[in-house]
Amino acid sequence: MLIDLLNALALIGNFVVVPGIAYGSQLALGALGVTMVYAVLRFSNFAHGETMSFGAMVTILVTWALQAHGFGLGPLPTALLALPVGMIVTIGLCLGTDRLIYRYYREKKAVPVTYLIVSVGVLFFLSGLIRFIIGPKDQVFADGERFIMKARAFKEMTGLDQGLAIKTSQGITVITAVVIVALLFWFLNRTRTGKSMRAYSDNEDLALLSGINPERVVMITWIITGALAAIAGTLYGLDKGYKPFTYLGLVLPIFASAIVGGVGNPLGAIAGGFVIAFSELLVTFAYKRVVGYLTPGDWVPDGLVQLLSTDYKLAVSFFILVIVLLIKPTGIFSGKTL
Amino acid sequence: MRKVFLAFVTGAMLSGAAIADDVKIGIILGFTGPIESLTPAMAAGAELAIAEVNASGSFMGGTGITSIRADSTCIDSAAATAAAERLITSDKVNAIMGADCSGVTGAILANVAMANGVVMISPSATSPGLSTAEDNGLFFRTAPSDARQGQVVSQILGDHGYKSAAITYTNNDYGKGLADSIESNFKAAGGNVTINVAHEDGKGDYSAEVAALAQAGGDILVVAGYLNDGGKGIIQASLDTGAFDIFYLPDGMIGDSLPTDIGDGLNGSIGDVPGTDSPGAAMFTEMAKAAGFESGPFSPESYDAAALLILAMQAAKSTDSQDFKSKVMDVANAPGQKVFPGDLGKALEHIANGGDVDYVGASAVELIGPGESAGSYKEILVKGGKNTTVGYR
Repeated sequence: MLIDLLNALALIGNFVVVPGIAYGSQLALGALGVTMVYAVLRFSNFAHGETMSFGAMVTILVTWALQAHGFGLGPLPTALLALPVGMIVTIGLCLGTDRLIYRYYREKKAVPVTYLIVSVGVLFFLSGLIRFIIGPKDQVFADGERFIMKARAFKEMTGLDQGLAIKTSQGITVITAVVIVALLFWFLNRTRTGKSMRAYSDNEDLALLSGINPERVVMITWIITGALAAIAGTLYGLDKGYKPFTYLGLVLPIFASAIVGGVGNPLGAIAGGFVIAFSELLVTFAYKRVVGYLTPGDWVPDGLVQLLSTDYKLAVSFFILVIVLLIKPTGIFSGKTL
Repeated sequence: MRKVFLAFVTGAMLSGAAIADDVKIGIILGFTGPIESLTPAMAAGAELAIAEVNASGSFMGGTGITSIRADSTCIDSAAATAAAERLITSDKVNAIMGADCSGVTGAILANVAMANGVVMISPSATSPGLSTAEDNGLFFRTAPSDARQGQVVSQILGDHGYKSAAITYTNNDYGKGLADSIESNFKAAGGNVTINVAHEDGKGDYSAEVAALAQAGGDILVVAGYLNDGGKGIIQASLDTGAFDIFYLPDGMIGDSLPTDIGDGLNGSIGDVPGTDSPGAAMFTEMAKAAGFESGPFSPESYDAAALLILAMQAAKSTDSQDFKSKVMDVANAPGQKVFPGDLGKALEHIANGGDVDYVGASAVELIGPGESAGSYKEILVKGGKNTTVGYR
């Protein structure tokens, strides 16, 4: 009986918990970038997915160069070594688009919806640029040890029927996400610059009166956003393989995460990421074998015991989004209303 | 002087008439679109057969054959129909070699070939739906139906002792037709299909799909998809989570890139791809090399499709589709003298002398049922990171 329970736990761990934590971290990092832009610049940056893709692309190009010269990190992917370059180039891209495009609209005091449409334009430009540089095909750049724990090794170790696999990329994703989030919170709550950013976000006029330089706040916001985007994009690419067009599809769950958690609130972005990731997985998972393990005897249900087909995965995040907007429009952690 | 001029004009008219009397075969393939990498070798295969016949001079007392290419686009039925219409009404072709993909082939057959009464032989349309499509006896294919592949898959699975299988297919006509055929054949053979679901190509992550497949379970996962797309994603995610260790790879999954991309995890997996151990295949590869192109998938079938059209015309002593459509099955099947690639000239003389031929060709043609290839397949085993051929079926 205990064995059955452990098997059921291993099963859920392998197909829901482990992928959910990794996917949730990726969404959270993406949502943090969206929420930072929203908090300070007050618009929804739809180009964020493509910015992530751009960061991942630069990291991949540097990774290839490093691999060609024989550099590596042993069991860890070489991409981690290339990531700082990806971050710097992506920050440059963010500052460049701000200087060339967004600043013009800021000076004209454009309404948020204008910004939103402008960001859609940036999205299309970036996606074209990425396809121009690296092409539309999927690229392989992960190297090093693929697994922290293999399904078969887990079975042999524990004697259970069900395996539990943890990929290196999943481990790295979670660790990096924790480190980045800790750094970000320290920056926002403890440093002078972070505090000035929060002040600017809370009340722009009061912040200006107390001598905060708005252009500096905007610049730092873009630096943080660019770095977050490069990290999130590279981690997603390491975990699930890099294909340029998948990042456009990623924008939707990222926005859902940011809004569900409370847009403009960094804590909400993280919570929202995990809420969206786990609800997508829990609702579309087939519980056939779990039910089989938890009921006495050898009985296993004939059907899959699946609430929704996996085709509707994306619909789940929108369903949650609608519910949250209806009941608590500010999101779980009370951000700003859109 | 006048006489010389007259003679010259008459001669020119005569030779002009001779050119007008040339038999024309339209080659309609997807020179643009998703299989554009395969079609040049396919068209070259068909043109090789035509060149061989022209060189022999034995076709209908020395009549020449010309070929005209047209683009089927593989996916755009409207464009394919327009191209076929132009071949028949403007270029006045006597027969069509094509089309390639199942969807456009069905569209051309229904809208153009039947309306104008022109015979068409497709080298590569494999959808089971075409077996029962209304064709007035005008449609044939040198490619087997996927209904046949379903039988082969079921046999191979049975011979390896697999009792239960999970199936996932790419969400289109090819994937669905093949998956349903595998399921019905495997069930009829006493096997158990635990799940048969579609996957979408072009997604970043297939772990949710694999989670559902893993819960249904099964000894082996049949992946009726594409090797450079969703099929690869499904296999990678299955190996990562330990959901399945062994995969069955139908024809869309066979290619050198898959074992390279996946690595050791694919070793021990099995599959199939159209192919034959008939000596004709090797002969055709040599002939293609001599003609300056590399034989590829469905290139032998294209050679055979063009050869069958020509032999049938010779047997009927007519280039009118209504006359020679009934002869296609006769020249393709026994009894008669066996015809291999390179023997077309001899075969034409044999027919002219009243003999019977049994066309074997490059792909061991044997037309069954509604005029489609019986189909022989290579059984594939992935061993040491490579696709190896273990036998023929």
